[in-house]
Amino acid sequence: MTALNSLTISDARDGLRRGDFTAVELTEACLAAIEGAGALNAFVHHTPEIARARAAAADGRLRAGEAPAMCGIPIGIKDLFCTEGVASQAASRILQGFRPEYESTVSGLLAKAGAVMLGKLNMDEFAMGSSNETSVYGPVVNPWRVDDRALTPGGSSGGSAAAVAADLCLGATGTDTGGSIRQPAAFTGTVGLKPTYGRCSRWGIVAFASSLDQAGPMTRTVRDTAIMLGAMAGHDPKDSTSADLPVPDFEAMLTGDIRGKRIGIPAEYRMDGMPDEIEALWQQGADWLRAAGAEIVEISLPHTKYALPAYYVIAPAEASSNLARYDGVRYGHRARLAQGDGIVDMYEKTRAEGFGAEVQRRVMIGTYVLSAGFYDAYYNRARKVRTLIKRDFEQAFEAGIDAILTPATPSAAFGLGEKADADPVEMYLNDVFTVTVNLAGLPGIAVPAGLDGRGLPLGLQLIGRPWREGELMCVADVLEQAAGFVSKPSKWW
Amino acid sequence: MSEIDPETARKVAHLARIRVADEDLPRLAGELSGILTFMEQLNEVDVEGVEPMVSVTPMRLKRRADGVTDGGMPGKVLSNAPDAREGFFAVPKVVE
Repeated sequence: MTALNSLTISDARDGLRRGDFTAVELTEACLAAIEGAGALNAFVHHTPEIARARAAAADGRLRAGEAPAMCGIPIGIKDLFCTEGVASQAASRILQGFRPEYESTVSGLLAKAGAVMLGKLNMDEFAMGSSNETSVYGPVVNPWRVDDRALTPGGSSGGSAAAVAADLCLGATGTDTGGSIRQPAAFTGTVGLKPTYGRCSRWGIVAFASSLDQAGPMTRTVRDTAIMLGAMAGHDPKDSTSADLPVPDFEAMLTGDIRGKRIGIPAEYRMDGMPDEIEALWQQGADWLRAAGAEIVEISLPHTKYALPAYYVIAPAEASSNLARYDGVRYGHRARLAQGDGIVDMYEKTRAEGFGAEVQRRVMIGTYVLSAGFYDAYYNRARKVRTLIKRDFEQAFEAGIDAILTPATPSAAFGLGEKADADPVEMYLNDVFTVTVNLAGLPGIAVPAGLDGRGLPLGLQLIGRPWREGELMCVADVLEQAAGFVSKPSKWW
Repeated sequence: MSEIDPETARKVAHLARIRVADEDLPRLAGELSGILTFMEQLNEVDVEGVEPMVSVTPMRLKRRADGVTDGGMPGKVLSNAPDAREGFFAVPKVVE
């Protein structure tokens, strides 16, 4: 029998409902797996007491026959989500010791659905990073390895991706501002969905760039993503940008039938210097979808090239504003002050000590592009380019395209520390295929599709129409079945 | 157009309320310049007549009654403060 912690959410749900095992047993299996996986550095705050109490309550609901799909399912929560009474510090020193008095809407909805929180997951500081190396807790190590190098799980939701890939939990929450769910999913052979902007409430999630941030599920299968999204989504009066739209039964939309769907292949995603393996996998993905009855259509998204520079104006601008709240007054770290220091000294010293190098850089870039004299040249121009990027997608969808297939990342997972001395811009290039989706507010999903020549997972990305996550996951499910990706990292930790 | 010199870096750091030591300013200025150079690709785009995006989803923000919905919990509000005294957040002297 499969170890309980290795089950998919759908199999665990069915097993729990049949009474094959209990939520307490399932939770204990995950807690034991976490206990033995310290080397991965994925879980950074452990909550076994909460997990055991919620598992026992879930068993009660299961016995009473009134258990929703996520009832009794052990999950991890990214450290960016505020969880009542449990450390929530966005992997930053500046939020050291912060224990929120409230629960984020998304983690609260999951708890209400009976999901069992095992603990908080590591990430890049304030979700700014693509390798998990900006975390105050130190980097997560990818459970996949092919030689003696420790690899990055990607970022920023690297702890979530690693925990799901290593069977420490059955699913995890992530957040995605420029690719922070999809890139780590691709690096770890897992599935990650960024929903349409507004599908999940942002309330209680530490804000990075509010017009781009969106929470989503990270799981081992597309079906599990559909199940978990159903519990996370929905209108929230506390987030004025959350959409007041019904949440469909996403799982029921996985019909396996994509005949007649029109799948776009955007010419501009064929980048110079893209590894042949990625190019070949992309072609293979298109062939799989064609074989399933979809029509493959060459399309053009002409402003793709400008997405990354536009993103690196808009996201830091919003971050500089959002992160102004970390001033050493209301929560978290406050610097030790010298005799005679005034309040500005307190702000400056606190923020210099509390923020890591990448966060400082982005806050300062954001401050610069918003400052008098540069606002129009950078910030307004970037927002105009954003309009054009969104228009590219709208025109493709108006022409009858149902979904767009692209690579998820420009490479497989790289070694921790390998880009340490590189220009910050080189790290930003990791998001080249994913940022467009955030700028346009669309749903996007990364699906594991194969292994590279060295045996590391590679993912493909599907991009859908706004609010059509169900249709998008239907295509993703077909892609997943065709790829038949079943590889798991061999346990070394 | 956007070579950032150490003096500009000092101003930006101060605007951002982040203390940067003098000896670190040249390195910071170099990094910021590199990032801004990367952004300058945006100048190639013809944005004539294009509206800057305000909201990615065309939706009217919901309205609600302008009323008090929560409150009366000073203990909870102050529970995470580095320095709280007598029901207030305490900070160094603001006015001389």
